[in-house]
Amino acid sequence: MPKSIAKLVDVQKTYLMGLVTVQALRGISLDINEGEYVSIMGPSGCGKSTLLNLLGCLDRPTSGHYYLGELDVSKMDDDALSEVRGKRLGFIFQSYNLIQQLTVIENIEVPLFYQNISPSVGRKKATEFANRVGLENRLHHKPFELSGGQQQRVAIARALVNEPLVILADEPTGNLDSKSGVEILQIFDELHSQGKTIIVVTHDENIAKRAERTIRLRDGMVESNTRNR
Amino acid sequence: MELKTETRQRDEESEISPFKDLLIIFMPDHIIRIFQLALKSLWLHKLRSLLTILGIVFGVCSVIAMLAIGEGASYEAQEQIKNLGSQNIILQSVKPPEEQKISGAAENFALDYGLKYSDLKRIRATIPGITIIVPGRIVREYIWNATRRVDGEIVGTVPWYPEMRNQRVIRGRFFSEVEMDYSANVCVISSDTAQILFPISNPIGKEVRVGGTYYRVVGILESQKVTKSSTDVSPQKATVYRIFIPLNTARARFGETILKRRSGSTEVERVELHEATVKVSDPKLVVSVSQSINTLLKRGHKKKDYEIIVPLELLKRAERTKQIFNIVLGSIAAISLLVGGIGIMNIMLATVTERTREIGIRRALGAKRRDIVTQFLVESVMLSGTGGLIGVLFGITIPFMVTAFANMKTIITLWSPLLAFSISALVGIVFGLYPAIRAAKMDPVEALRHE
Repeated sequence: MPKSIAKLVDVQKTYLMGLVTVQALRGISLDINEGEYVSIMGPSGCGKSTLLNLLGCLDRPTSGHYYLGELDVSKMDDDALSEVRGKRLGFIFQSYNLIQQLTVIENIEVPLFYQNISPSVGRKKATEFANRVGLENRLHHKPFELSGGQQQRVAIARALVNEPLVILADEPTGNLDSKSGVEILQIFDELHSQGKTIIVVTHDENIAKRAERTIRLRDGMVESNTRNR
Repeated sequence: MELKTETRQRDEESEISPFKDLLIIFMPDHIIRIFQLALKSLWLHKLRSLLTILGIVFGVCSVIAMLAIGEGASYEAQEQIKNLGSQNIILQSVKPPEEQKISGAAENFALDYGLKYSDLKRIRATIPGITIIVPGRIVREYIWNATRRVDGEIVGTVPWYPEMRNQRVIRGRFFSEVEMDYSANVCVISSDTAQILFPISNPIGKEVRVGGTYYRVVGILESQKVTKSSTDVSPQKATVYRIFIPLNTARARFGETILKRRSGSTEVERVELHEATVKVSDPKLVVSVSQSINTLLKRGHKKKDYEIIVPLELLKRAERTKQIFNIVLGSIAAISLLVGGIGIMNIMLATVTERTREIGIRRALGAKRRDIVTQFLVESVMLSGTGGLIGVLFGITIPFMVTAFANMKTIITLWSPLLAFSISALVGIVFGLYPAIRAAKMDPVEALRHE
């Protein structure tokens, strides 16, 4: 029996937009196991980003429970959620979201800094992860000096540096040309083979197919949950 | 069951974390990192940071410079008052203003006013605790050395005048008791007078002429700036050229009546004593003695033709003036620093809006609200602190320049740069707090979606 690492139990999320309440998620239950590679698909407005924000502990569900590892994070306060994000989650965004005034190595160090790891240890660790994604010659470049693919690799290294339980990727290849997109997906495959848990949100079927399992959303509900292999 | 254990675990984590955070604050590595980061962000907008800093620079530097100039001015005033002697009470004869016209016509042309020798005798007889009384007579006349002349004051006084008035004999000596007794024609000239009458030669042993009499110069006395109407504290810059002769000589040569000719009008005055200094042995009694002298003199004088100057009271008044001055300066400083602080707040608000996305990224990567507050607060304190530091440097330089060019005394007290600097740092905290809190309060989801 594989160990459950992210578990949603009847999660609902409602927003108040002006005078209208919008139900973005209408009771979602999911179970993602350790080492799984899962893709989440769905048309725009289906609640994908809302789900991703919840999975990423950037937001709290209106009702229901979210267990990340052994922790119920659905009722945590802001500080505790920050701690969880920093320790247990790694984010990869469509637009890379690197901090522009920092160099590659400094960007990778940011999560470590908030985990109170001493700068010397952090530097060593960040260098190691930069090497892993093939950026050893770009350590002291600023993000704008890098290509999109390189920037996304910096983001991957940054997501990995804290050794998180789950890696969350939001359209990781959306801003990339097909060649560097494939490179990024290869890195994902590699991480998966090393036993990392990866959740990718996308609307590209080809990307979704690379994952072991695809979860399709429609109107804030799980439409299908199928194994690809 | 399972749920319960989880909540307990969570409690433990959040219990430990505040202590951990405290530890980090004391880790020098981390502090250095935070400062490096702030510096980097500020360096990104050099001009903007510089302009913001300027606001604080001017505030701080004007505070220090103004305080230094004020301190210097009040020090000078206080020194002058101290020179009069804090244990002394100075009595002066004053021409009663309302009597000028009437008496001139009515009473045989001579205006009789001022202190009398009998007044002094009475004071000495009735008030205990008075050590010495120095009587003085002042006559305005031209003082000559061959063809050089100066419009000066001839002061008839006693041999112990210099020690009473804290004036130093620079060269030679003051006249002696013997010279006093014999009404000798000797004089001591003030250093200012010496400069005019004897610009190149040594005046000692030479003679100066007043009217038809020659006086041998025996010494030079340091000039004192505060002179006649000493009721106002402000230093009288006009130099009064004085020579000092024995009181007995003065009485013999000039008599009791003084004839003054001033452009078209003739004035005749009869004044026995122009000035007297009363030294009180106990400094605590100065004020009460001055009051009893006043009552005593009031009895003998129908009109107020005398004046009592108490240097100690002047000193107190000068201190009060200084306090008011400091309060005024303080408010000006507060206003200028307030303006600087508003500048900082303005810039920090702009920065926070501009870097909304960065805030979102940092929050996603595990930064707590506290971390974001710290980051922006350090930036604003750095702006104000740098401004304060530069302001202190300028503020210390300006008084030196004022002293060099305007020839004004300035004093920089140790506490004024310290105070100005710490206020500037405080301004950074106070005005940086709101933007920093605003940054920290942002919803991470919203912040990441920004732009």
